[in-house]
Amino acid sequence: MSLLEVSGLHVWFDPPSAAEVHAVQGVSFALDAGERFGLVGESGCGKTTTILALMGLLPPNASAAGEVLINGQNILAGGEESVQAYRWKDIAMVFQGAMNALNPVKKVGWQIAEPMAYHGIAEGAGARKRAGELLEMVGIPAAAAERYPHEFSGGMRQRAAIAMALACEPKILLADEPTTALDVMVQAQILALLTGLTADLGLALVLVTHDLPVVAQVCERAAVMYAGEIVEIGLTDTLYHAPRHPYTRLLFAATPDLYGRDAVISIPGAPPRLDTEIAGCPFRPRCDVPLDRCSSEHPELRVVEPAHLAACHRNDLVGAT
Amino acid sequence: MSENGQPGPAAATAAGITAPEVPLLEVSDLETYYEVRRGLTERATRAPKQWVHAVDGVSFRLARGEMMALVGESGCGKTTTAQTILGMVKPTSGTIRLNGTNLTELGERKLRPLRRTLQMIYQDPYESLDPRFRVRESVEEPMLVHGIGGSRAEREKLAVEALERAGLSPARLFLDRYPHELSGGQRQRVAIAAALVLGPDLLLADEPVSMLDVSVRAGVLSLLDTLRRNGDMGILMITHDLSTAARFADRIAVMYLGRIVEHGPASDVVRNPQHPYTKALLSVVPKRDPRERATPQILTGETPNPVELPSGCRFHPRCPVAEERCRLEDPQLRLPAAATAPDHQAACLLV
Repeated sequence: MSLLEVSGLHVWFDPPSAAEVHAVQGVSFALDAGERFGLVGESGCGKTTTILALMGLLPPNASAAGEVLINGQNILAGGEESVQAYRWKDIAMVFQGAMNALNPVKKVGWQIAEPMAYHGIAEGAGARKRAGELLEMVGIPAAAAERYPHEFSGGMRQRAAIAMALACEPKILLADEPTTALDVMVQAQILALLTGLTADLGLALVLVTHDLPVVAQVCERAAVMYAGEIVEIGLTDTLYHAPRHPYTRLLFAATPDLYGRDAVISIPGAPPRLDTEIAGCPFRPRCDVPLDRCSSEHPELRVVEPAHLAACHRNDLVGAT
Repeated sequence: MSENGQPGPAAATAAGITAPEVPLLEVSDLETYYEVRRGLTERATRAPKQWVHAVDGVSFRLARGEMMALVGESGCGKTTTAQTILGMVKPTSGTIRLNGTNLTELGERKLRPLRRTLQMIYQDPYESLDPRFRVRESVEEPMLVHGIGGSRAEREKLAVEALERAGLSPARLFLDRYPHELSGGQRQRVAIAAALVLGPDLLLADEPVSMLDVSVRAGVLSLLDTLRRNGDMGILMITHDLSTAARFADRIAVMYLGRIVEHGPASDVVRNPQHPYTKALLSVVPKRDPRERATPQILTGETPNPVELPSGCRFHPRCPVAEERCRLEDPQLRLPAAATAPDHQAACLLV
């Protein structure tokens, strides 16, 4: 049994004066303790919505279906009441831009200690001591708990945001674009911290980012999302060296590499709108190698080799690579 | 251009060729300091004035047809350098010569006609375009400001041409759209078209793709690449992304605390880095290939405060190989012993 198992997750948004948007369309994946898993794709493909659904933190106009199992227990089964028991204690999240969401008029230590009282983990002096320990764990001296967010650099604020997420000793950490606004050296520091936490605490990490090289360096496995679906999932090494979905291949080709000599090519077009059902493959209009059946038949995510799944009709062709 | 007696596009220099006699842009010993605001107590007690050394002695040349990248972490002075070249900030000292004319000596009136020759592309096309302006208005407004295009029809013709050059084709389809109807990549192309209508010689691009989706970044970068390869203009790209700089720029200048610490042909800076700061920066750039997981050389801490600069080499407090003399002596840019290109320079006592 995996630590986290997501199966057939769907999310719909129902905007007040527009058609319903099917933002996440049957997403399934699993991960074990200590594993680092990447969720990549362009903006608007459902990455953030997926992990918000895992936290039970979707906005009121959204509805979700499917199963999110933590150690075999479906945390979404009983709505908000059932997910509350798991949120932060088993599964925690570092939000995009969390480093800019700290309360400017409260000391950092107080902000880390506050949720501990709420969850009945520690109070008063105990919570303050624990806040200091958490800061040490993310590489900030415990004494800094007495300082205000504006006295912290960007990297330190992001570390503090990670410390907050770790307050209730979760087993799974979801991180949404944790390094996007940071400089490359600070990014390296934060990525080393997240990698260290998975190794030291056995934390399972879901890293959501549009930055493929970050996933390539940090995660063992990754899923590529497009138009609300996972279109390919496998080892990051396989995704780079032997992709079985054109979108994965084109995403890598659109990313400049420090030592790469190949031309960097953009992917024409944009992801489709998700307020109407798409006939056939959602990537077909942008695909460089479409087949006739792609415009009518929706490709399912299927095993193409052990531990490697892709949703592309090309994999049915004889001698497909 | 021709009125300044400059060589036309035909004489454009390609990658790696040394700059001509009068370069398109020549920045010499540029210093831009900001005064630190003092509170009442500091003023009452006559505390000494303090300065942020945002740009602290920067020199470089840029030729027509060339793309140079200014890279570094936030706070290194790369954006202030661009703002000073643009005339948005007054330099404390130094000269900025555009086609041989020293911009720092000119008053506002003489500067204005020159402004059309240097244009800026901003980081965020979601903010740089007026949401109430149609594409047509965004692209035509600079012409009105500079008195280009006699009639509406003439301006529309020029706008269409610029949009087509910026890769928005057929341009007439875009003229009457509002920014919210465009994707991020299209918006950035509109911003580029609004710069192109003025026929600039120099384009300053400040993180031109960092707000864009991965899938469209390459397109916008290739557009900039084409524009300069046509020989019409030189491009100074400011970026924190070394992979982009390595792929698209002819030369890279690495800045740290207001100084250029390494400068040279892009491939030499990336494949044969000399300054310890450049080496560390390159080591932490994530590579696409999961098999290329080099041990990152992570520097502790962040760039120090540019008000109180470290003594000697300003990098020495974070430098992994610093020696005693690095605390005392301020290194100047020079040809490193291990350099393989004659125009490769690094400011380190140990190279």
